[in-house]
Amino acid sequence: MTTKTLLVAGAMLLAPPLAGAQTLTGAGATFPNPIYTKWFDAYNKKTSVQINYQSIGSGGGIRQFTEGTVDFGATDGPMNESQIAATNANVLHVPTVMGAVVVTYNLPGVGDTKLKFDGNTLVDIFMGRITKWNDKRIAALNPGAKLPDIDLIVVHRSDGSGTTYVFTDYLNKFSREWKDKVGYATSVNWPVGLGGKGNEGVTQQVKQVEGAVGYVELIYAISNKLPYGAIKNAEGKFVEPSLESVTAAAASAKLTKNTDFRVSITNAPGAASYPISSFTWLLVPKDAKNPAKAKLLKDFLTWMITPEAQVMANDLHYASLPKEVVGLIEARLPTLKAGGKSIASN
Amino acid sequence: MTALSERELTPDAAAPAKPSLERGSYSDQIFKGLLTLAALAIPLLLCFLVYELWSGARLAIGKFGFDFVTTSTWDPVTEEFGAFPLIFGTLISSLVALVIAVPLSLGVAIYLTEFAPKAIRQPVAFLLSLLAAIPSVVYGLWGIFVLIPILRKSVFPLLRDVFGFLPLFQGAIYGPSMLAAGIILSIMVMPYVMSVSREVLMAVPNTQREASLALGATRWEAVITTVVPYARSGIIGAVILGLGRALGETMAVTMLIGNRHEIAASLFAPGYTMAAAIANEFSEAVGDMHLSALAYVAFVLFVVTVVVNAGARLLIWRVARGSGIGSKAL
Repeated sequence: MTTKTLLVAGAMLLAPPLAGAQTLTGAGATFPNPIYTKWFDAYNKKTSVQINYQSIGSGGGIRQFTEGTVDFGATDGPMNESQIAATNANVLHVPTVMGAVVVTYNLPGVGDTKLKFDGNTLVDIFMGRITKWNDKRIAALNPGAKLPDIDLIVVHRSDGSGTTYVFTDYLNKFSREWKDKVGYATSVNWPVGLGGKGNEGVTQQVKQVEGAVGYVELIYAISNKLPYGAIKNAEGKFVEPSLESVTAAAASAKLTKNTDFRVSITNAPGAASYPISSFTWLLVPKDAKNPAKAKLLKDFLTWMITPEAQVMANDLHYASLPKEVVGLIEARLPTLKAGGKSIASN
Repeated sequence: MTALSERELTPDAAAPAKPSLERGSYSDQIFKGLLTLAALAIPLLLCFLVYELWSGARLAIGKFGFDFVTTSTWDPVTEEFGAFPLIFGTLISSLVALVIAVPLSLGVAIYLTEFAPKAIRQPVAFLLSLLAAIPSVVYGLWGIFVLIPILRKSVFPLLRDVFGFLPLFQGAIYGPSMLAAGIILSIMVMPYVMSVSREVLMAVPNTQREASLALGATRWEAVITTVVPYARSGIIGAVILGLGRALGETMAVTMLIGNRHEIAASLFAPGYTMAAAIANEFSEAVGDMHLSALAYVAFVLFVVTVVVNAGARLLIWRVARGSGIGSKAL
């Protein structure tokens, strides 16, 4: 090999290739990975901007975003104050879609009757205070159902997950004791129960053990036709989980104009709201280092909240953002900066 | 190096004497150097690994110290971490696996080397080795869909009826449990134990068998009194190999063990292992202390593996010495 070819090869390796300016890298949550993959693919076909996303989990997403190894992060649980401080407050949470958690159970005796639960009963169940299905606390909510006298077996996620975050965040709002003893996080110290790995692990254990009760992601429950209960919302209505009732929860969450979007929408107000719902977020720098990439990212976010993109979410059973939230994001995107200057828009 | 350059400076002095040997030693030097590098790479890698684990775990080591391995709370919310149930689960599930796998695979190995007709030796050995090629997630899925329902419906109730007086077989039957994990592990380690002990048994000289038979032993007696004792250090080596596999196995175990941070006397109760906890929680661990605690778990797992392996070496060494004395006594 001549020196000249070596030099050329070296230059090719060192200099960012022309296409590099058209590439974004992100990492984080696994739950929204299917819709992100679809969006990035559709966006690539539309604009030839390539967005590489690694679904390594929310924790990894936050870490890589903080270390600056990716252009954006993604998480199912919002960053806490100390994590935000670690980025010098240079992070904006942008909601993308919503997910919900359903309570699924294996109770052959009740037939097609959908069971009803409320927050306090779920706390008692997952605290291990209700151990039989015919417990009067469950019976009081389900007057017509024939509840058998069998053991109630709790199944929870063993792997850290956004699903656990949302579910424990919900329970946390009902019980002082839950708050003190368990709290909410992507993995917690469960007072009782078996741990299943992933939605599929929980589902299998619930399916196989009579009397089992567990929680899984809504999309997973819909596509696998699992039985799930209706949950009493803040208005006292029993609401079944569906894409509409989840979007309704986000719509009624009453976000203020200057919100940082890190809002919990569990137990949201509104008669139609399903109470165990949550946003999932992209983590975007408020003031990016690389203006070219910042523009690409901003353009993508602008596209993501268009009806064209949000409809794709519904196709994949993700609840799309309500128009109130879309409006808020739209108003916020122009405040994104790169190198201290605002980003030119198209 | 200096010798080499001297030779280059005065080629006439050395070259005519042994030309072929000279050339050989030159390439030998390079070859030796390369091999030394390769050999050094492994201990270096190991040191680096230990250092990485230790530095990752430093935060947790500083906060929990040695209490980490003796306490049982695992609470990511309050950042209280204790790994005793994980260590317990790792050791017990591996022990259960060995209790089931060793007699079975030793039986297969003895049958294949001593009793089986030639026609079926190769096929059976081949099929058993194939078990080793199955990815562990497949074992896990098979465990969830096939093994657990069988265990929960038939095997566990039977065990509870027959051996229910033992604390090991008492309590509620869920399916996912320490015993289920042990059983899947036993299937996974069997090919290793079987094929290594088969090789070892085949290496026993025929004169040993013949001598034993000539003294009037039946074939069964020849195997038990002569062949197996002759091969025992090798067989223990095979068991250690299986144990190593069982200690570190992650995927299949986490799918079947029930993942509960708890120590229970019953094998029907769910448990947890170190490898499973790391695999489960690492990707979504957000807090620094949580991550550090997981690195500490990895460090402890490493130490446990080293201790177990060192203990096994010691055992082999003592047994090997013992077998010399044993043969003298015979």
